[in-house]
Amino acid sequence: MTMVLRGNAWKFGDNVDTDQVIPAKYAIYSLDEKVLGEHAMEGVPDNEGWAKKVSAGDVLVAGSNFGCGSSREIAPVAIRAAGISAVVADSFARIFFRNSINIGFPILQSPQAAEAVEAGDQLEIDLEEGVIRNLTRGDEYHAEPFPQFMAELIKMGGLAPWVRKRLAEKAAAGRR
Amino acid sequence: MGMTMTEKILARASGRESVKPGDLLLAKVDFAMGHDLTIPPASKIMREQMGATKVWDPERLAVVQDHFQPAKDSASAALGKTTREWAREMGITNYFEVGDGGICHTVLPERGLVLPGELVVGADSHSCTYGALNNFATGVGSTDLACVLSLGELWFRVPETLKFVYHGRLQEWVEAKDLILTVIGQIGVDGARSKAMEHTGDAIQHIDMEGRLTMTNMAIEAGAKNGIIGFDQVTADYLKDRAKRTYSPVESDPDAEYEKVFEFDVSAVELSVAKPMSPDNWAPLSEVVGTKIDQVFIGSCTNSRIGDLRRAAAILKGRHVHPSTRLIVTPSSTETARMAEREGLIRIFMDAGATWTASTCGACLGGHMGVLGEGEVCLSTTNRNFPGRMGHPKALVYLANPVVAAASAVTGEITHPGEVLSREPVAV
Repeated sequence: MTMVLRGNAWKFGDNVDTDQVIPAKYAIYSLDEKVLGEHAMEGVPDNEGWAKKVSAGDVLVAGSNFGCGSSREIAPVAIRAAGISAVVADSFARIFFRNSINIGFPILQSPQAAEAVEAGDQLEIDLEEGVIRNLTRGDEYHAEPFPQFMAELIKMGGLAPWVRKRLAEKAAAGRR
Repeated sequence: MGMTMTEKILARASGRESVKPGDLLLAKVDFAMGHDLTIPPASKIMREQMGATKVWDPERLAVVQDHFQPAKDSASAALGKTTREWAREMGITNYFEVGDGGICHTVLPERGLVLPGELVVGADSHSCTYGALNNFATGVGSTDLACVLSLGELWFRVPETLKFVYHGRLQEWVEAKDLILTVIGQIGVDGARSKAMEHTGDAIQHIDMEGRLTMTNMAIEAGAKNGIIGFDQVTADYLKDRAKRTYSPVESDPDAEYEKVFEFDVSAVELSVAKPMSPDNWAPLSEVVGTKIDQVFIGSCTNSRIGDLRRAAAILKGRHVHPSTRLIVTPSSTETARMAEREGLIRIFMDAGATWTASTCGACLGGHMGVLGEGEVCLSTTNRNFPGRMGHPKALVYLANPVVAAASAVTGEITHPGEVLSREPVAV
């Protein structure tokens, strides 16, 4: 994973649920990331065509409880497929938070950044340090650190490599 | 220090003496669930990314065809096919085909597959429903489900518990749905974010299992990790001829620690709605009476069980859906549909001009059979009314109980059920 990300900010409000992130009608294309990316954030009122305007590396900055509602893992998948490199929010809903970590998609909880960043601001994110630099305004915000186990998962690239390792350990223990 | 029931289940499942909020642990899963939208990605991740070739325990997984089934188009047919073939290949015994099961969160409790004291995960946010049966149940994504399929275990953060103590008795017409809408209205859609909601108090004893399932179902609408209710005679009676395994109920210790305790006098709870476009946008029914509605939907894992249908049918008997609106009734499960057929409820709905559908998640998630268009207004017995949930981002959804839904279908506008009953039926 690239540890320093750079891109412009797209701002969204509080309680954006996963039906807005990716409407359920696209859930039938859950194995087609291209389609999901094209329709990311389409359920937000008056936001049609958003994905087309995103440049690779841009950052989604949201308010509180981002990703509440449905458990669909295609929510972070769609945002990533649209070209977004990380999501910064005041807070995340639990399942979206887990899903993002599990698929190795960078998310940062930073009430400071969620408050201060304006749409279009150029951001630089140091994932290792958990620092968000606002190059447009010359500000710097800190993200809340992850507990150790989650930090390890993120480093490994998600939950799948961890499971693969654990399965191998179990198989080795079985052979002994 | 004592533990809450949520903490006790997580301690037992992770092989620890005790746990406290904030602990991260690896716990054994007693039962898991996936459906036609989540099994295809989970099975792919399990095989391709995790390298697992079989499910940890094929008898501890339920696979339900419910979200877009019967298939609405060829893409959803492909998902149904993948789900079906995978379940067969893995030897999944609790596989529920179209016409057999219904909506997963109704099917698992009614088949006795989720039991007291257990740790249950489902790849669907409303998996918290099962907690009404005194278990820890939570919704997860596809990669989490794939981890459980591969290993039979999953990582959890022990949640803080919020305790909700309910006193008194609900007033006439007021249901568990009104109570939980009131609670969510008070604490907000992130009021219990990542926490456990424990429902307790003397009022709970007088709420039947269906009402309890409605309450724990909507825990996720307050952002909670799980909703849970203690074991009592109501639980024991419900499980008597259903439970597929032996089980061990759990109760919270008297000295368990709660992050916060909320007390409610339920006799003060009014008939309620959640106005567009958020489940915490609470209002008393009286505030929205007279609002014109294009569609009424009685369905979903929240409110379309047999009791819900009986109460709705009692209002509709001898009456007719108003010509300015339409009523869609989607039974919660095939078993519910069979009971409704035996009791003559389907005839009542159809004579009233309602349409009766297959048991599916359908319109609740804007999937099929009742999707809303731009600007349409719907009164729905479902759980969620964020923008676009039931279709167009500019459709407006009011959440309410099934009796209010039936009464509103008769008048074409949001209506108090007592108002409809006070009128003579059009035909007896």
